[in-house]
Amino acid sequence: MKVDLRINGANHSADIEPRKTLLDALRENFLLNGTHAGCEHGVCGACTVLVDGEPVRSCLMFAVQADGYEITTIEGLAPAPGELSVIQDAFCETHGLQCGYCTPGMILSAHALLQHTVTPTRDDIVEAISGNICRCTGYGQIIEAVEFAAARLRIANTPRPHHGGPHGRAEGKPIVEAK
Amino acid sequence: MKPAPFDYVRPDTLAEVCALLAGDEDARVIAGGQTLVPMLAMRLARPAKLIDILRLPELAGIREEAGRVIVGATTRQAKAERDPVIGASVPMLARVLPWVGHPPTRNRGTVGGSIANADPSAEIPLVAVTLGADILLATTDGPTSMPADDFFIGPMLTTIGQGECVSAIRFPVWPHQRIGVGFFEISARRSDFAFVAAAAQVALDDAGRCLEVALGVGGVGDRPLRLDVSSLVGTELDATSVAAAVNAAAGELDATSDLHASAAYRRRVASVLCIRALEQARVDASAKSRKGAR
Repeated sequence: MKVDLRINGANHSADIEPRKTLLDALRENFLLNGTHAGCEHGVCGACTVLVDGEPVRSCLMFAVQADGYEITTIEGLAPAPGELSVIQDAFCETHGLQCGYCTPGMILSAHALLQHTVTPTRDDIVEAISGNICRCTGYGQIIEAVEFAAARLRIANTPRPHHGGPHGRAEGKPIVEAK
Repeated sequence: MKPAPFDYVRPDTLAEVCALLAGDEDARVIAGGQTLVPMLAMRLARPAKLIDILRLPELAGIREEAGRVIVGATTRQAKAERDPVIGASVPMLARVLPWVGHPPTRNRGTVGGSIANADPSAEIPLVAVTLGADILLATTDGPTSMPADDFFIGPMLTTIGQGECVSAIRFPVWPHQRIGVGFFEISARRSDFAFVAAAAQVALDDAGRCLEVALGVGGVGDRPLRLDVSSLVGTELDATSVAAAVNAAAGELDATSDLHASAAYRRRVASVLCIRALEQARVDASAKSRKGAR
């Protein structure tokens, strides 16, 4: 079946069997191997990608269902080749990863959260990454990384959408000016 | 590729969906796919054809009319969770949605999908049964509806027939000013399947007496159950009355025994959670202004 996908801002086409998940299509058809295959049945969150800016599990979606959406993978976050996004950099600085298998999913979940608020509470962060399993860190440094990234984004003075979004924070906390 | 091969179709109208379903008993509807795709991956389900209804405009959206809120079947759980109409008029649904899966599964998972899947421990079917919602169905003979209590007949089992598709859920809106909700569930980890869940909604008059009450439990038996605690109407929902009503209603529940919890444990926890949910609902309602809008 011919499928047209928009991935990281670029249009792609491929002939894909209906039973192929978006995860497998990203890795095999488009060679975007940053999206990791973990459990492949919706439990671990390693395959998380953003669909229209919101985190979803790419193993629970078929590629044929994904046309017409903006799909963002971990490869789409870096501002330029060889550079890291603020959140990626924060994960490095706070040792928010060890083996790195869960990291792309964690970072994309954190990215979606910080698109909606840069003043997340610890509970907001825990909720945002609650669908992502990490077997190395014990999560403490991952939460620290997201808090650190949020703090950096607060002082970065870059405009960010803060609409409630389909997945906006329930409390609708506004983005505050840098202290 | 883990699933067995299937054909994929995405019809433009609901009538086409029903015709396709009626003509092929091996066809399955897919919407958010958050339960179906794992079943396909594990080959617990091997449909010959998947009919994708997620983008049908007829099935999307949330609207309030004639004292009821109609939630389209393909409304994403994440959208419903933050919808102002649901928050104001079906507060019990708003309360339980954060307990449904995780943020990434709620971004794809739909309200109607959870209803059609009929997991006995799922929160959305529990709310539908507790509040006495109607399940709206599209069929080859046109639209029809059925009370939620008649729709769920067992674990992952509903009365839905071949050629039929859940189109929306119609929740009643209570007319009272002071409404409160309560919800508790016990599971191994947050967002895992609930061993027991209890949901309560109460309406109070200006003096704090109960005008209307609804109480339900999920995860205990093979489907969500509404419990009759109408004896609480007219009381101030004091601890003694609540305990007596709950014990009378929940004492003899037909409970499931499995690897995770015994039937006796489920019955005991159901009573405790029912009492807590009613108390939380009473406190919630008491905090509402006596005159102002909800």
